[in-house]
Amino acid sequence: MAGGLMNTKPPGGSALADVVRDAGLYALVAFGLCVPLISYRTDPGPAGLDLTPRWPLVAGLCAAIFVVRLLQRLVLMRRDARRASAPAQTDETLGLAPDAAIKLSTLALWAFIGLALTLPFVAALASGGLGEARYWIDLGILILTYVMLGWGLNIVVGLAGLLDLGYVAFYAVGAYSYALLATTFGLSFWICLPLAGLFAALWGMLLGFPVLRLRGDYLAIVTLAFGEIIRLVLINWVDVTGGGAGISSIPRATFFGIPFTAGEEGFAARFGLTFDSMHRVVFLYYVILALALITNLVTLRLRRLPIGRAWEALREDEIACRSLGINTTTTKLTAFALGAAFGGVAGSFFAVRQGFISPESFNFLESAIILAIVVLGGMGSQVGVAIAAIAMVGGPEMLRNLGFLKAVFGEGFDPNEYRLLLFGLAMVAMMVWRPRGLISVRVPSVALGKRRAISGAHVSEGHG
Amino acid sequence: MIRGAAIGTDARMDVFVQQLINGLTLGSIYGLIAIGYTMVFGIIGMVNFAHGDVFMVSSFIALILFLILTTWLGISSIALALLIVLVLAMALTALWGWAIERIAYRPLRGSFRLAPLISAIGVSIFLSNFVQVAQGARNKPTPPMLSGGITLFETDGYAVFLSYKQCLIMGVTVVLLTGFWYLVQRTPFGRAQRACEQDRKMAALLGIDVDRTISLTFVLGAALAAVAGVLYLLYYGVVSFSDGFVPGVKAFTAAVLGGIGSLPGAVLGGLIIGLIETFWSAYFSIEYKDVAAFSILAIVLIFMPSGILGRADIEKV
Repeated sequence: MAGGLMNTKPPGGSALADVVRDAGLYALVAFGLCVPLISYRTDPGPAGLDLTPRWPLVAGLCAAIFVVRLLQRLVLMRRDARRASAPAQTDETLGLAPDAAIKLSTLALWAFIGLALTLPFVAALASGGLGEARYWIDLGILILTYVMLGWGLNIVVGLAGLLDLGYVAFYAVGAYSYALLATTFGLSFWICLPLAGLFAALWGMLLGFPVLRLRGDYLAIVTLAFGEIIRLVLINWVDVTGGGAGISSIPRATFFGIPFTAGEEGFAARFGLTFDSMHRVVFLYYVILALALITNLVTLRLRRLPIGRAWEALREDEIACRSLGINTTTTKLTAFALGAAFGGVAGSFFAVRQGFISPESFNFLESAIILAIVVLGGMGSQVGVAIAAIAMVGGPEMLRNLGFLKAVFGEGFDPNEYRLLLFGLAMVAMMVWRPRGLISVRVPSVALGKRRAISGAHVSEGHG
Repeated sequence: MIRGAAIGTDARMDVFVQQLINGLTLGSIYGLIAIGYTMVFGIIGMVNFAHGDVFMVSSFIALILFLILTTWLGISSIALALLIVLVLAMALTALWGWAIERIAYRPLRGSFRLAPLISAIGVSIFLSNFVQVAQGARNKPTPPMLSGGITLFETDGYAVFLSYKQCLIMGVTVVLLTGFWYLVQRTPFGRAQRACEQDRKMAALLGIDVDRTISLTFVLGAALAAVAGVLYLLYYGVVSFSDGFVPGVKAFTAAVLGGIGSLPGAVLGGLIIGLIETFWSAYFSIEYKDVAAFSILAIVLIFMPSGILGRADIEKV
């Protein structure tokens, strides 16, 4: 957007006047966009809706946009001036920098795994007891669930290049399989977990089959439609799924058969510990950590196998892929099935952790959030997805705890309200500035001679 | 909400005619939104996922403008108020359409193929949550604006009823579509627009300002969505921040069904989707009406991706 909002530059006039005019234009457009939506708030009143004027807010927003744009233009002007005096640098897409980035991301990976493995203890030490650390461990579970979902979707979007907007459907299939199997047949979590994965994989194949011929946007929209159909069926098929009320009192997870109860047969008594309800939470944390790491390991291993290479070939060019004799049908279906299986396992974990599920947890927004995590992290990059999940899920939680925000914006300020707003903005900003994601280098699965990193721009991710 | 839906669903002529009227009304609204999808897809080949939310934003703009006009400025003539609301809502929504294209889509030209779609999903999430934060999460009801109507005929105590609202909706749709048709077929802008649709590079070589044409396409699409938004508010009398998604998907279905890229196709598709939805609700089950719409979308995309009036898209290597 360096070129200004309007492309036409009036001749004459100093550069500064131009910048001010440009910023003024931005403010004017912002004013136009704010006019009825922000300037008047509709509230239910005694006789229909009442209007509350909020002109100071509009003025503040427009002024903020004016100032931001002015500063941006001034900074850009100085940079351009510097560039003009300094010799032009070559744009590096191949070479040293990506290799350094790879080293950095390997380091980040080990730091991430180390922190993930010790989080419950670190949190307990830092906050002075397991009970006090509950918030942090719960947050860790939430983040790891999204890391797993992101890694699962990464197989479909990042490796096979099939944009799936209905991924949450498989999450739902997994959650409902566990909930229904456990509540009607009394099967334990550890039997249901692989079954949920299998069911989800089956659904992945079922939904994948009709869309084999579709690509790009059309594929995305059809998967979106499938996801919505599954959610609507869950809402309306009341006899089986409980409808909008959902399924409650789902049995809790056991330590491979030993329940987390205070009694003789409980986990604490068997292992000679004093009973603590936090044992279950810590156990759940390690379960999801293990599941997420398995997802990662399977993905990394499969990339080296013929099927993984076929996925990447499919992503790069479907027609060339077919010409070389790769069976695109099985390639696509395995990608859908495997991605769905991991989604299903994550869903099953979600059900056992919450103890209650309803169709509301599986709406399109959830799909969009998982996709956003994959996209922001850099499609195809495992570390990037983990970082994005931490940023997207953990970030808003951090915001909530920052007391000074309340001091600035008033007591009623709840950053969580703005969470999705920022999600949407982040998706747009990411596409505009860093379309290849936070980690924008990739290591090719196959290389001649030394393996080296290449820029994400050389990989046609999500080409469809 | 839909008159006649609760009446016994045997094969009665009067019920059928009533549903036909309801379906055509709904279809007009879908058709107006569908044009925005089809034009944008035609010219830059992207699914403007945020278009449904632009429609929702326009509905909110219309609601607030209407409240200002009637309660504060005391305009008592509903017709005058509606006209002002329509014009202002079109202008303000067009500004939204322009700004969205400028900020979220234009920098992505030449990026990888799915970047605009992902950006559009971001805009869609942003818009619905922006309205939620700015206006609250509750449904916003409006006072009844235009009541009454004409009873067409009456049999066995069941009156087939054509409300003034429905007349207005169909009338406005027909007038605006005629004007729009003229714009695209007979004016220099329309020629530029169609040229860009056929071959953007060639159009640029011939001196057409492609960026400006694309901007104007978004502006026009948003303005038509605003008309749909005003009519939707008038028809249902209530709007909420989440109302963009489902009508948006249905209108997209309409655009695909009619053949994406084809303007008459979008209107035809809109009418068909409106009729299918109304008849499905009346004769089968109202719970599964959205399932029907989504199923049609999937079926059409899988089995006849070029739609009724569209051209087949052949990929050349």
